[in-house]
Amino acid sequence: MALQKPYLGLPGTTIFDAEQARKGYWLNQFCMSLMKADNRARFKADERKCLDEWPMTEEQKQAVLARDLNRCIAAGGNIYFLAKIGATDGKSFQQMAGSMTGMSEDEYRQMMVCGGRDPRWGRS
Amino acid sequence: MARITASVYTSHVPAIGAAMDLGKTHEPYWQPVFAGYEFSRQWMKDNTPDVIVLVYNDHANAFSLELIPTFAIGTAAEYTPADEGWGPRPVPKVIGHPELASHIAQSVIQDDFDLTIVNKMDVDHGLTVPLSLMCGRAQAWPCPVIPLAVNVVLYPVPSGKRCWNLGRAIRKAVESYDAPLNVQVWGTGGMSHQLQGPRAGLINKAWDNRFLDRLIDEPATLAEVPHVEYVTEAGSEGIELVMWLIARGAMSDAPPRVRHRFYHVPASNTAVGHLILENT
Repeated sequence: MALQKPYLGLPGTTIFDAEQARKGYWLNQFCMSLMKADNRARFKADERKCLDEWPMTEEQKQAVLARDLNRCIAAGGNIYFLAKIGATDGKSFQQMAGSMTGMSEDEYRQMMVCGGRDPRWGRS
Repeated sequence: MARITASVYTSHVPAIGAAMDLGKTHEPYWQPVFAGYEFSRQWMKDNTPDVIVLVYNDHANAFSLELIPTFAIGTAAEYTPADEGWGPRPVPKVIGHPELASHIAQSVIQDDFDLTIVNKMDVDHGLTVPLSLMCGRAQAWPCPVIPLAVNVVLYPVPSGKRCWNLGRAIRKAVESYDAPLNVQVWGTGGMSHQLQGPRAGLINKAWDNRFLDRLIDEPATLAEVPHVEYVTEAGSEGIELVMWLIARGAMSDAPPRVRHRFYHVPASNTAVGHLILENT
């Protein structure tokens, strides 16, 4: 019998389940390497060379190089792992989260100050 | 015998820690957040426990995808603040309580909760931000802390009911510890927030406040709420709130005394919720 996944229909949301985690294993483990200052410096010096040391898919590498977090998540990334890339770039969680919404940094910040996104967003 | 006297509930937003570490707490954006904890810091001074059991989640810092324990209890003598990518927070190391932690582990495992026992791990903002909020900038934390890490990153996380029952098992464990310790249990994380995808930034004030009401008045019924309601109504990361049920389950069956309640939007991407409940 198939597993129940009642969360698959949520708008604009990818739940990090076993399937996503399997797909994103090396992408997320690469992100973990950025917890060490030396590895952050090596990544900044030559991003492509660093990524090529990991058995990631080309799509995962391209998504990282483009800093496209939605693409990273579609490729199995999880935000808490991907946050290490943002930290390496000097970005805050708010800048990272906002970058996935199609809004500018200011628009996103303003939305949060005004009470955040309506929970009915995208629901039928 | 040891006893649980109170429980504390709070969000653990990393930006709150950064605001404290960078001296931004009086900026207009942050002032309302910290004003909500002024009472709490005084309460903490007046009611410093002997030990805190601090329920939190690791955010891919101590645990990568190599190892993902659903429940992990720290039995170490001390824990170092993690480098989450921005460098470690400039906060004191966390002193553990190996004797009580080991006692809790033995008791709850015998009650069918298969805890992972951890003797070496760094602790991230999930654990240090609640301490900072409750204790301010400190040279040392006021008492030993037992970290209880819950997986809420890789789905499925433990159910609300499982968390509630673990809390009850922890209560039984503490009450059977043969030393007169005053113990607090803290539940952290939440409230509504979503950090990923086009729906990032979701906040649900009505749902959050109903959660606070029910946590106080009808926690056993609240524990029946399924995961999908958390992620639908409170956002994908709002599921952290199941951890509050562990702290609530550790309280006595009598209605608690509500010493403090606070709610504020936003702190970065997140709704901040906070409660202090005392056993009567």
